[in-house]
Amino acid sequence: MTSPSGPQPALLRISALTKRFGGFIALDNVSVEIRPGERFGLIGPNGSGKTTLINCISGAFRTEAGTVVFGDEDITRLPPHIRTRRGIARSFQIPRPFKSMTVAENLMVALDFASVAGDFVPAAQRRDTVMSILTQTGLASKADMSTLGLSQVELRKMELARAMATHPKLLISDEAMAGLSSSEVDEVLDLLIKLAGQGITIIMIEHIMQAVMRFSERVMCLDAGKIIAIGAPAEVMANQRVQEAYLGT
Amino acid sequence: MTRNSISFWIGATLFLVAVLLMTQVIGNQYPFFAGYVILQFVVLAVAWSILGGYAGYVNFGTSAFFGIGVYTAVFLFKAFSAPLAVQIAAAAAVGAFLGFALGLLTLRMQGIFFSIATIALTIIIETSVTNWRYVGGAAGIQLQRPPGTWPFDNYVQMLFFVQALLVVLAIAIARFIQASWIGRGLQALKDDELAAECTGVPTLRLKVLACVISGALMCAAGAPAAMYLQYADPSSAFNLNYSVSVLAMSLIGGTAHWAGPVVGAILLGTTQQLLTVTISSEVNVLVLGVMLVLFVVVAPEGIIGLIRRAGNNRRGGKT
Repeated sequence: MTSPSGPQPALLRISALTKRFGGFIALDNVSVEIRPGERFGLIGPNGSGKTTLINCISGAFRTEAGTVVFGDEDITRLPPHIRTRRGIARSFQIPRPFKSMTVAENLMVALDFASVAGDFVPAAQRRDTVMSILTQTGLASKADMSTLGLSQVELRKMELARAMATHPKLLISDEAMAGLSSSEVDEVLDLLIKLAGQGITIIMIEHIMQAVMRFSERVMCLDAGKIIAIGAPAEVMANQRVQEAYLGT
Repeated sequence: MTRNSISFWIGATLFLVAVLLMTQVIGNQYPFFAGYVILQFVVLAVAWSILGGYAGYVNFGTSAFFGIGVYTAVFLFKAFSAPLAVQIAAAAAVGAFLGFALGLLTLRMQGIFFSIATIALTIIIETSVTNWRYVGGAAGIQLQRPPGTWPFDNYVQMLFFVQALLVVLAIAIARFIQASWIGRGLQALKDDELAAECTGVPTLRLKVLACVISGALMCAAGAPAAMYLQYADPSSAFNLNYSVSVLAMSLIGGTAHWAGPVVGAILLGTTQQLLTVTISSEVNVLVLGVMLVLFVVVAPEGIIGLIRRAGNNRRGGKT
């Protein structure tokens, strides 16, 4: 137990995590702690293991070694849907909407399954919950549209909205801004900052450095599955090894 | 109960009453022989759609489940002279167990790999039964139908009514699944399994559940077939035609709604019966193939899809 004056206990504690694909080591002994309410930026060149790390946190991948502790529970062996119910939500690098459903129905899935069993919400109230999340994410007018009719930026927002509908404690945004125009990047970034303002811890993977700098309280840089720098954004950017990793030597 | 449910149950009751009246009024045996086959296909197609339509796992193993149902009935009849109700209940239990095993396969296999595994399953089971002497082995087994019990004059009429009961049961289950959180979860995992899992959907549990229900219904539908034919042999009980026909019926009818496989099975089942009588039993396979190709090209969402699109157009909505 920590004393009242001591540091806040971590929301997510990753210890000595290792993930291999055959002989390739995608994550090599990664350890990091994320505090409740933190805005955490995750950067690194392509193939450095960012998405692999996210997959290990959300449960899509089983890990070879190490532990993931969320709150005070070891979730290393839990399947993804249980982790979602514990409060870990994510968006996907390439949007994965439920294509046969409308935007609102996509969020309904989250209400149906991510809430704790017995926590039944009446139909009318569910619609209100969905609409309030869609309003917050600027998608209210698209509620009854098929996801097939959404633009890229709307799909990214829909992914975040669906993640929000699971009532997460920790939201992981996996390159939600990749391929968007600069005004669209600002829209998504504002949205993430707004969500963080509501007390949700956010891990943001991003290549767009202005966005990372503006968003993050702390930045971690991965390269070849190892942490090469972690700390305040400006510090990490100035780091020799980070610059080498990005620009090549 | 919603108004929709009330009209469904009224319809189901009327259907059963009509079937019961038919057995009392019509003296000719042929309508029951032909009708039985169509009802059997309705149950199989609805059961298939629970896994193949709602969850998107294409099962080529319908004949495995059907054949297991047949042979469960054969075994129980030979060993214990078990009554029909026991045969069907036991077949459903065996089917549920087999479905559970199939469901676990989905943990590792998706898409085409799952489908291939179901074909392999059929072959393994058929081979095992072929080598099981007690139930007749490859040569098959003759069975003597008991006399019909009240209110039915003969056994075939009773089988016809029992199969009609199974139809109502299968549709009621499919309808319940479609409208419930189970259906929404299956639809989500059909669209994207990882996204569903990360949205809190227990994908494995739902897939296993769909396999168990689908398998139990298919086996139950197969159980009365032994008594219907008074004969069972592995190559006809496990005939791949069942798998292909049921798949075609579901796809042609449309898998998005429980009514799809019902419409498909009635349409194709009737056509097959007519062709078998008027031309030959080989031609109906050809017609099946042609219709399947036609529908895949012209109406990929089946008859239900066509009807929905027509409805949307009339309302001037978006398709």
